[in-house]
Amino acid sequence: MSAGRVTPAGSFPATFMVTDMNKTRTSGRTIGGLRTLSLQAPAVTLLFLWMIVPLAMTVWFSLQRYNLLMPGMTGFAGLENYEYLFTDPALWSAMGTTLLMVGWVLVITVVGGTLLAVLFQQDFMGRGIARVLAISPFFVMPTVSALVWKNMMMHPANGVLSWVAESLGLPAVDWFSSLPLTSVIIIVAWQWLPFALLILLTAMQSLDEDQVEAARMDGAGPIAIFFFITLPHLKRAISVVIMIEMIFLLTIFAEIFVTTSGGPGLATTNLAYLIYIRALLDFDVGMASAGGVVAIILANIVAIFLVRMVAKNLES
Amino acid sequence: MTTAKNQTVARAPAAPATRSALASALLNRRLWLGVLGWTLALVIFFPIFWMIVTGFKTEAEAIADPSLIFSPTLENYAEVQSRAGYAKFALNSVVVAFGSTLLALLIAIPAAYSMAFLPTKRTKGTLLWMLSTKMLPPVGVLVPIYLLFRDTGLLDTRTGLVIVYTLMNLPIVVWMLYTFFKDMPKDILEAGRMDGAGTLQEVIYLLLPLTLPGIASTGLLAVILSWNEAFWSLNLTSSQAAPLTAYIASFSSPEGLFWAKLSAASTMAIAPILIFGWLTQKQMVRGLTFGAVK
Repeated sequence: MSAGRVTPAGSFPATFMVTDMNKTRTSGRTIGGLRTLSLQAPAVTLLFLWMIVPLAMTVWFSLQRYNLLMPGMTGFAGLENYEYLFTDPALWSAMGTTLLMVGWVLVITVVGGTLLAVLFQQDFMGRGIARVLAISPFFVMPTVSALVWKNMMMHPANGVLSWVAESLGLPAVDWFSSLPLTSVIIIVAWQWLPFALLILLTAMQSLDEDQVEAARMDGAGPIAIFFFITLPHLKRAISVVIMIEMIFLLTIFAEIFVTTSGGPGLATTNLAYLIYIRALLDFDVGMASAGGVVAIILANIVAIFLVRMVAKNLES
Repeated sequence: MTTAKNQTVARAPAAPATRSALASALLNRRLWLGVLGWTLALVIFFPIFWMIVTGFKTEAEAIADPSLIFSPTLENYAEVQSRAGYAKFALNSVVVAFGSTLLALLIAIPAAYSMAFLPTKRTKGTLLWMLSTKMLPPVGVLVPIYLLFRDTGLLDTRTGLVIVYTLMNLPIVVWMLYTFFKDMPKDILEAGRMDGAGTLQEVIYLLLPLTLPGIASTGLLAVILSWNEAFWSLNLTSSQAAPLTAYIASFSSPEGLFWAKLSAASTMAIAPILIFGWLTQKQMVRGLTFGAVK
């Protein structure tokens, strides 16, 4: 990328650079370079291996006829696995499910997170504690939140939600059999809403209070202030939230694993879960790897934008 | 606040009655904001609260109509330990989360040090590349990692999970440390160097003590992420090395539906991490957004 444009001098106070140059002058330029190399080598090498070896293997397997249940049938398959994958209705259903999950969770968490961040920025009694309570779900492990919701909240007979519905005279909803995808979306959104809130609250702190004050003096109401000052200020933080969530939400797994196992039918099978089914339940290594390659490509489309944005931030 | 003040100033001659009306309107606003804020916070927190409460009920009370009136029992906590061997899974979680965090810090501190204090033309590119490895979806490499682990005997071992978690968190740890190191006043390191401190001494006696809060919150974030990780733990462990995420998942089978025990086990599993999270929430944003939001 634009790595070459940044000089060390650009990112450090002059005083430091001067002495640093003195040092390199006395100890020789290569030593500084060598030192940098040896200090970074373990991290870089390990990450390189962690990324490249499995990635190459996934691509390689995706071109092979390789099923653990049929040890005799191996060999180069060309694009056969991809052909099977793309003509498999399960893939398109899984893509649709993935899209719905990511989309709805994003809408709920970003809109809800922004409104909550504005609210928790106001001054009220015990605000600190209320904030802490509201961000807590983010620290709950996914298997716990999924099971607590599935049983104690959404159980059709004994769950809190059905009790509330009955108390209000409404019919109880059998969440996981009649609205499986919605149920999973609610659970995942509950986990990620606090993430959006946490990031946006932090971004709110750098909002210029004088600017808000000036706008208020000029007669701007709270809604105008929100749309013309707060929202533009949060724009960058919101896009960071969207991109980071997208990368993680593309491969939601544990929540599905412990609640619906992808069902009923394929109703809650997303791309990650489909790959898991193909790999560890059907033992079709070739097919699962082809699915893996598709997942990697999808994630990379998002990642490019995120990396660019972080790079821009690194320059300033 | 200031609005009210300005208005009061503008109407300086106004009777004290108007002033107190304004003050009470302001108080009212604060009151309503408080009611709204607290209501929403409690609604969001409710499932966690309910889980904690259910852990102290009997199984019969747990599936009865929701009620807060019951005589609390510690029976579930005792049974989760005696029947399921909770401690074994907890120990796995502790070993894996802290082991991988220490290892990641050990590898990341020298790298972050050289990136912050000895930057070259390639530093920025390296940082961004590290970040991009974090975006590789785990499911994309599930097959090769599973087969590699099977062939090397790492399947269902704590060592295997430590390796995966170390590498999984390494980019975030390097990034976060890098931002903390860069925030450090350069004069101090400089003074140390003038006094003849070598690189190692500089790191041990100056950098580490001065950036300890930053290193601690980086470590805590890595612990939280490893502790809660539930893709690799579900796929790479079964009975021996299963951490708490995988143990809790075993409650999902129909014959394992014991709400009170599930709640007790879950409460124990999330309590330490919840507290870590509360402690580091502010610094955590740096790590979670790669410094893009401060």
